[in-house]
Amino acid sequence: MDAIFLQTLNGLDKGSAYALIALGLTLIFGTLGVVNFAHGALFMIGAFCAVTMQRLLNLSFVTIDETQKDFLGNPLKVETPYVESWFGPDMGAAIINWSVPLAIFLAIPVMLIVGFVMERGLIKHFYKRPHADQILVTFGLAIVLQELVKANYGANPIPTPAPAAFSGSIDIGAALGFDPNVIIYPAWRMAYFVFSIIIIGAVFSFLQFTTFGMVVRAGMSDRETVGLLGININRRFTIMFAIAAVVAGLAGVMYAPINSPDYHMGMNFLVLSFVVVVVGGMGSLPGAVLAGFLLGVLESLASMNEVKNILPGIDQIIIYLVAIIVLLTRPRGLLGKKGVMED
Amino acid sequence: MTKSSFTRRGLLKTGAIAGAGLALPTIFTSRANAYMNEPKGGTVTLGFNVPQTGPYADEGADELKAFQLAVKHLNGEGDGGMLNTFSSKALTGNGVLGKKVAYVTGDTQTKSDAARASAKSMIEKDGAVMISGGSSSGVAVAVQGLCQEAGVIFMAGLTHSNDTTGKDKKANGFRHFFDAYMSAAALAPVLSNQYGKDRKFYMLTADYTWGWTQAASMKEFMEGEGWNMVADVKTPLASTDFSSYLTPVLNSGADVLILNHYGGNMVNSLTQAVQFGMRDKQVNGKQFEVVVPLISELMAKGAGKNIEGILGSSNWNWKLQDEGTKAFVKSYGTEYGVPPSQAAQTCYVQTLLYADACERAGSFDPCAVVPALEGYEFDGLGNGKTLYRADDHQCFKDVLVVQGNDKAQNEYDLLNVFETTPVEKVMYEPDNPFFAGGDLGQCNSGA
Repeated sequence: MDAIFLQTLNGLDKGSAYALIALGLTLIFGTLGVVNFAHGALFMIGAFCAVTMQRLLNLSFVTIDETQKDFLGNPLKVETPYVESWFGPDMGAAIINWSVPLAIFLAIPVMLIVGFVMERGLIKHFYKRPHADQILVTFGLAIVLQELVKANYGANPIPTPAPAAFSGSIDIGAALGFDPNVIIYPAWRMAYFVFSIIIIGAVFSFLQFTTFGMVVRAGMSDRETVGLLGININRRFTIMFAIAAVVAGLAGVMYAPINSPDYHMGMNFLVLSFVVVVVGGMGSLPGAVLAGFLLGVLESLASMNEVKNILPGIDQIIIYLVAIIVLLTRPRGLLGKKGVMED
Repeated sequence: MTKSSFTRRGLLKTGAIAGAGLALPTIFTSRANAYMNEPKGGTVTLGFNVPQTGPYADEGADELKAFQLAVKHLNGEGDGGMLNTFSSKALTGNGVLGKKVAYVTGDTQTKSDAARASAKSMIEKDGAVMISGGSSSGVAVAVQGLCQEAGVIFMAGLTHSNDTTGKDKKANGFRHFFDAYMSAAALAPVLSNQYGKDRKFYMLTADYTWGWTQAASMKEFMEGEGWNMVADVKTPLASTDFSSYLTPVLNSGADVLILNHYGGNMVNSLTQAVQFGMRDKQVNGKQFEVVVPLISELMAKGAGKNIEGILGSSNWNWKLQDEGTKAFVKSYGTEYGVPPSQAAQTCYVQTLLYADACERAGSFDPCAVVPALEGYEFDGLGNGKTLYRADDHQCFKDVLVVQGNDKAQNEYDLLNVFETTPVEKVMYEPDNPFFAGGDLGQCNSGA
């Protein structure tokens, strides 16, 4: 029982990442009609914003300490981060410690710019082209972005620790009245789940309760009519693209402590997120979120040893299996609307 | 009934043509050369095949630096490094057999097919007379097979699977690095000493040749110490989130987790195990422990603080105090500003050992080099007295049990040598069941 509970938690947290990426994908697809295969790369760039923030805060000046020796027996070069010399050692260390959450402030402008440049510079030229062309060009773009990151940051994963306050785990079992020490879950993963719920909530409220959001929703269902009303829908869609990039980027920033970022991390999520979008229903935002959490939990439950003993390898294929079943029984996905991608 | 299109005449004809075709290249080469890629001018070319892209690229970059340093020293540039401490004095810094050493590099991408293609190109286009490199056992086994067929020597770099000098061993292939069996043999007594006899362990294992042999070796030796295995779960090599593999560990009743993971895989699985509170946990009234059988400095760097206190094994460590190590660390550190990793050391040593064998044999002919290395005993290369055993072309030397350092003096001070296990304790017979099934075969000079 506690094993199931633990795996469900685990799935929710994995599902958070799927849901956030799928949400961005659906936003772009719903507004611009573009299948964006570079979305995983945006997630990866977000994670590298966390890495960059960590590096920026750790920028140091070197003093030579004659009393200590380095590994070759030469006087030791001591590196002191600028932050520590500006704010004092304690405050400086605290700032460095919180580099991942602080990276959010770096990621938002970076992702807005990346999203804007991507849309204006490349993707807008592909609106009228077939989906196959869009997939090829965005996939190519993803590879270019990956290689750029690899050239600058190397190919190995870069550890990006969470703040010390979140580095341990929480005994959820004890808090909920189970036996202590049975259901333990990492604090940062819990934080990630809460964070993703906040972001998802923010995106939905933005679309639901602002005039801008209303126009975008109107544009999503009937682009031509909105255009005829004298509204420049294209500019709003460009902004939506940038917002979708920010959502993916923030998902990446906060994911960095869970899994040390490497240049390839986006690709691992991309394919799964597309499955999530298809299962949720192309163009349906609630569908993307629902399917993200659902598939995350299912994947997690399928990787329990008890399940794997009966069906070996099921954890590797469960998501695709579910996708096949959903598509056979509900070809438009769980919450898909009629007419999307069917013309 | 279908009519067969085979006829006796047709078959003979095709056979003859195919036979002639196969024989033709060897007829030409054997006329020109006594053996594959016999060096003609004033230089001899070596091929260094390392992962320059892909997840092990940083490891590969370190190997490549070591190769370049070795070539420098062979050609008499720099301070000579381990040439000064090597027990054999055949090398004088005048190249090899009077020829200046040149090298070409290839990119394995940590994929067997890419590694074979780049090795093939270095042999056929660049005329490499020896191939070295590695950093994945899958790659090493594939390239070793290719070198055997092509008739050049393969000096394996970092490869830790038992199979490299076990069931996949080849006459033209030699491994200086230690193997999974030796790791387990060295670790088992230390682990049962430190953590007690009555332990239940759970293993997560990378699902390919190295992981399998590592897991099998650990199981054999830990059960020999009285430990009980709860489960051995295979994880895909590409897996980056191990949380769903780690959560079952928590409720399995196990009190030790053994991570048979390497490189980026290990960095992720260890970090996540720590996030799940596994190092602060009490199970069965004992402190829960995590063990990583193969630790490298680069992995320790990736894992950061999480490696502190963790036990594992290494082929070599730059903090050793023998003369060979000191000379190598000094010359590598001066050249590159960082201490060398164990991958760098094995690649450097392999290059020197090959050059020395050619010098002693008086030829680059693989069939002269092989006997020069077989049964060869040497010292002064950082691992103490070492034997290249003739039966399987595996080096036998002391094994280091290392522990993540919790009192690091500087950013390179990541691992402490916990214990040096003498070679007798990790030695095995060539027909040991973990290594059985292979055959060295005959040396191939490609002629």
